[in-house]
Amino acid sequence: MFSFIIKGIFRDRHRWLFPLSVIIVSVAILVFAFSFMDGFMMSFVRQTARFDTGHVKVVSRAYSEMLNQKPHDLALLDIKDLLEDWRAEYPQVTFVERINFGALIDVPDDEGKTLMQADAIVFAIDLDPAGDDYHRMQIDRALAQGRAPRHSEEILISDIAFENLNLKLDDEITLLSSTVFGSMTMQNFRISGVVKFGIQTLDKGALIMDLDAARPMLDMAGGAGEILGFFTDNRFDTTRATSLARNFNQRYTDVDDEFSPVMLSMAKQGNTGYMLQVMDYGTLWMSMSFVIILGIVLWNSGLMNGIRRYGEFGLRLAIGESKRQVYFRLLSEALIIGFIGSLIGVSIGALISKNFVMDMSVYQKSSSILTENLLSTTMSMKVVWVGFFTGLLSSVLGASLAGIAVFNRQTSQLFKELET
Amino acid sequence: MKHIALLIAILISIPLAATTPSADTILQEMDKNMITNSSKATTRMVVHSRRASRSMEAISYSMGNEKAFTEYLAPPRERGTKMLKLGNDLWIYDPSSDRTIQISGNMLKQSVMGSDLSYEDMMEETSYTESYSAKILESVTYEGREAWILELEATSENVSYQRRKTWVDKERYVPLYEEWYAKSGKLLKTFTASEYQKISGRWQPMKILFKDELKEGKGTEYIIDSLELDIRIPEHIFSRASLRK
Repeated sequence: MFSFIIKGIFRDRHRWLFPLSVIIVSVAILVFAFSFMDGFMMSFVRQTARFDTGHVKVVSRAYSEMLNQKPHDLALLDIKDLLEDWRAEYPQVTFVERINFGALIDVPDDEGKTLMQADAIVFAIDLDPAGDDYHRMQIDRALAQGRAPRHSEEILISDIAFENLNLKLDDEITLLSSTVFGSMTMQNFRISGVVKFGIQTLDKGALIMDLDAARPMLDMAGGAGEILGFFTDNRFDTTRATSLARNFNQRYTDVDDEFSPVMLSMAKQGNTGYMLQVMDYGTLWMSMSFVIILGIVLWNSGLMNGIRRYGEFGLRLAIGESKRQVYFRLLSEALIIGFIGSLIGVSIGALISKNFVMDMSVYQKSSSILTENLLSTTMSMKVVWVGFFTGLLSSVLGASLAGIAVFNRQTSQLFKELET
Repeated sequence: MKHIALLIAILISIPLAATTPSADTILQEMDKNMITNSSKATTRMVVHSRRASRSMEAISYSMGNEKAFTEYLAPPRERGTKMLKLGNDLWIYDPSSDRTIQISGNMLKQSVMGSDLSYEDMMEETSYTESYSAKILESVTYEGREAWILELEATSENVSYQRRKTWVDKERYVPLYEEWYAKSGKLLKTFTASEYQKISGRWQPMKILFKDELKEGKGTEYIIDSLELDIRIPEHIFSRASLRK
């Protein structure tokens, strides 16, 4: 029976050419679009976690109220013992300390007078090459010139800031900021290297210094603005992160102490959670829209084809086939066309996606979304299944709608149409 | 009968009106008190931030509104930090980095030493008559002192606060309490002056509480431990060279 249907479809070009072409093209576009969206999403999650949010983040309660402003004056202080406890209690998470703060870069001339000034975001991380954060921030890969700091008075600067300030390696700059208690603080640093992360927002004006240099500068003994937690398998999962944060907060957060620690899942940090939701819903909406649009196209195609095949239907009904049998045969044909079309569409979409790389730097100049400048697609089984079933479903939907016309025709009318 | 009552009311109001000076006169009298030819003061600034309270000691010199020099004496972390204001320019010297840096642009809006005062506040010309026009809103009793509430509107764009409300002591012509507003009408800071002393013929507040209404904390107390007015101050103090000395 199956081979009979197959022969029936492919011996009549009108039955397969248009629906199959529509499904192949649409599924290929869908697979490519989803793999691009997934690539964007993965890049966003990866880079946002790496540079900003971690999979979870521990801050003081007061800090969490102004999370986007990164108020380092509300940092957690003297947390060494607590951090040891957390590391022992949550072995599935790697905790790293960070201090992010705003500063003014002051470039002196030969006489020590201000030559140029620029605003900067300073990332203070553990710059020990054997350390976890050094690799997570991909310092070696990001180094465009020079080397990583070896002493506390050395610093890394982003390439755009380096060029804009006309600096050279080993030049001295002064950083102006405020301590954790609000006092003004100034410190001189030598440029040991230039970094380029490929992320516009960071490459514009970021500085990277060692935590051990930042703490005395900011009068932040044993403190950290943020403690980022990364799951050891390096995969973010909203449910897992939310459950971990709930458990942590039940143990460590004191509602009466605004400087007690609080853990926030990545999905609960500022706009990141909103972005994650939008992306999730975006996939769902896009998939549903494709099913509906493709369904309508294939419905119309099915109607056209159905009209052409009224004669055939009339004959089949006349020789004793029931309307239901004719209808299900139509659906079977649609299922086969949908299956083959989706299979080919997924393959073509995957092939297009495979080597696709897009330079997003032009679009990121005014964006604060952290993604790599070079964005590639990400193929996953999810994309394959979504693409495949969208194609299959729309084919069946189109045929099932078009096939209803069979029930609206009287056998006699169909037979009459056979005569004409 | 009606005419007699009206006459009595008019007669009573004549001496009252005669004793209330105009708003401009009040501003002039306030300027006479607050603006000094020169001054030398040892001060303490107690910053009550969200995290903790901390105190800083400093010695300050000023010549009119144009020149000011401050050297921080304590705590050790701040010791040796100096600030110099010459007209519209402000420099800061930091002994640990041995750098003198001019504060300009956005930096002027930053807090001075974590206090409720910004560098912009420090740069502010405090002459009421030059910067504001005023009108008297009402008479009140404030902290046991008879006072007028004046509404001040900036006469130029160059002031940090476009509108102020000032509670002015009727007897001493000094501000007791002020509210500083943004152009939008949002309350930005409050100023509470107390412990007035008459020094060299001028009433001067020995304690001021500044409160940035946009941030948490209990404000910054500015306490003057000693104050000398209209004294001779060597000109070299108001030079950039004095910052690194």
